[in-house]
Amino acid sequence: MSDLAIERKIDRSKMEVSDEVAIQINDMNKWYGTFHVLRDINLTVNKGERIVIAGPSGSGKSTMIRCINRLEEHQAGDIIVDGIELTNDLKNIDKIRSEVGMCFQHFNLFPHLTILENCTLAPIWVRKTPKKEAIETAMHFLEKVKIPDQANKYPGQLSGGQQQRVAIARSLCMKPRIMLFDEPTSALDPEMIKEVLDTMIELAEEGMTMLCVTHEMGFARQVANRVIFMDQGQIVEQNEPEEFFNNPKSERTKLFLSQILGH
Amino acid sequence: MSDLSYVRTEMLPQKAPPATSVGVVGWLRENLFSSVGNSALTVVTGALLLMLLSAILPWVFLGIWDAESLADCRAQFAEMYADGRTYACWAVIADRWDQIMFGYSFGNLNEGLYWRPLLGLALILVALSPILYPNVPRIMYVATAATLFLYPWLIWGGSIWGPLTLAMCIIGGIVAFRFASQVMITAFALPVAIVVTAVLIMVVMGPLSNGLASVAALELQPVPSREVSGFVLSITIGIVAIVASLPIAIMLALGRQSDLFIVNKLSTGFIEIIRGVPLITLIFVATVLMKYFLPSHIDLDPVVAVMILVTLFTAAYIAEVIRGGLAALPKGQYEAADALGLTYWQAQRLIILPQALKISIPGIVSNFISVFKDTTLVSIVALNDPLGISGAIRSNSDWNGIVWELYGFIALVFWIFCFSMSRYSLWLERQLQTGHR
Repeated sequence: MSDLAIERKIDRSKMEVSDEVAIQINDMNKWYGTFHVLRDINLTVNKGERIVIAGPSGSGKSTMIRCINRLEEHQAGDIIVDGIELTNDLKNIDKIRSEVGMCFQHFNLFPHLTILENCTLAPIWVRKTPKKEAIETAMHFLEKVKIPDQANKYPGQLSGGQQQRVAIARSLCMKPRIMLFDEPTSALDPEMIKEVLDTMIELAEEGMTMLCVTHEMGFARQVANRVIFMDQGQIVEQNEPEEFFNNPKSERTKLFLSQILGH
Repeated sequence: MSDLSYVRTEMLPQKAPPATSVGVVGWLRENLFSSVGNSALTVVTGALLLMLLSAILPWVFLGIWDAESLADCRAQFAEMYADGRTYACWAVIADRWDQIMFGYSFGNLNEGLYWRPLLGLALILVALSPILYPNVPRIMYVATAATLFLYPWLIWGGSIWGPLTLAMCIIGGIVAFRFASQVMITAFALPVAIVVTAVLIMVVMGPLSNGLASVAALELQPVPSREVSGFVLSITIGIVAIVASLPIAIMLALGRQSDLFIVNKLSTGFIEIIRGVPLITLIFVATVLMKYFLPSHIDLDPVVAVMILVTLFTAAYIAEVIRGGLAALPKGQYEAADALGLTYWQAQRLIILPQALKISIPGIVSNFISVFKDTTLVSIVALNDPLGISGAIRSNSDWNGIVWELYGFIALVFWIFCFSMSRYSLWLERQLQTGHR
């Protein structure tokens, strides 16, 4: 799609993949009622990996990353995040959620709180950070996403791109080890996609472990170290971006790529 | 160059709008005379309004405030105006307003006691201020807590040590909760604290308050429940119902949304049963029929019974309004709260409820207004709300036959209260406006 969105040179000095495992998914299965949405998902994500997950709509890619922080419950298999297994134990779930940041398609900022309050809420209530320190951290990350001057406005007064950058800053304020992105740019105008992608690239340059469901193939090509293609609830193909785009193996992948890169 | 090509060379400056579209003329044209049909409607409505006012206003403003009785009023009208028409006999309000407002116990029988309901009302206003206005300092909650114990004392009288020792027992319970929750989880600490409070109330409270009363009496003249009447009764029941129903309604609404099967079904069942029965039936059952089911030594106070029933009734309705507000929130708000690691209660308190309640304000206040007016239903169980008192006034031979003046006055007082609530809700909505979502 918008290959043009990314023009800058990417600094790869800190983008190392370590041997340590960040997320381990073994034979995970999920059903919505009787509908089998995720089938035998096996995935190991190492620290520092930047994974882009692509696939047609309804292929289960969002559902899969939402299982990682238990927004969706899986019925079979195990998910181990940062050494903690996801079970029904609420303590574990809350612990994992505070280690894993998430950005949504529709930003999901809290409209009744200011930008600053959006960013300090979770650190204050979940991490028990003193208020002053939380505000400092929040301002630090708001500067990083380049909107410190909007701190006292409400989300409704910001553009879509600004809102998504606030959402990223809000997640970062929890100092997560892993970031999940669920189609972060698909609700944005083309002009705003770039500013959000730039923020995500900066994050990648600092070595954040990222799982990203997106249709931004330019981003995938330049930033990801692995692209996963899903269809019908299964991982159909995964490879390094060069290989994935230039030399796809499966027929399904070829068809998908020809459709999204065709024009 | 093709014909489709066009380039603007200079930008246009702003011009003033035409005079007929702004100012008084513009307003009249747009709102009253925008078309032939609209103009006709304006003229007809204006004429009707004029007729109505020309009938009502003289009746209101040519009325008499000083007279002994209705017959006296009529005699004065015959003397003053030769047209043979009668006007409002406001003398009945001048004579009996204190009964209507303060009831029998504080009305003209005990004029020296006006201060008790008036101070009570003032206390309530102070107590509500931190809840009603976001910027009032938190310390005012102390006044809120104190009012809970002082208001009943002012209305029902008796020794101050009763309410005070009750307050002490409850504080004891809270202290016990603080201690208990340090050594065990909340789910166990809460019942422990409740047991401690109950034991304190049953064992310590009676002797303690008697002991203190023998040291220093500090007593107000007691008022039996049945004699609390007039607007004092309406306002007491109304405020209790309004203040107590909101937290219950929130719990019911959350319960009805809950995934926990038992909690969900209990909440739903409660709401549907209470909403399915007329309030008047509930009041009747609570005050009259309950006597047959309770052991004979338990004396159910009719006012307290009515308060409980009206509170539960209002809570069931407001719960549904709040449920509407909860349902109107995008699912993303719950997900974002979850994704940040907030617990269920934190998410509800910080994210979900502030937004859901904001959406529900018009519906909630509408229910508050409705329940305040519904307090007049207590007249069926022989409690004297303002309407009950108006009946008593009319059965007095002096004022026999008077109708409009009394009902008009009572309607006006109700309207002032209800209109204030309505304005307050509009103000609050504006305060909470944070731009579009």
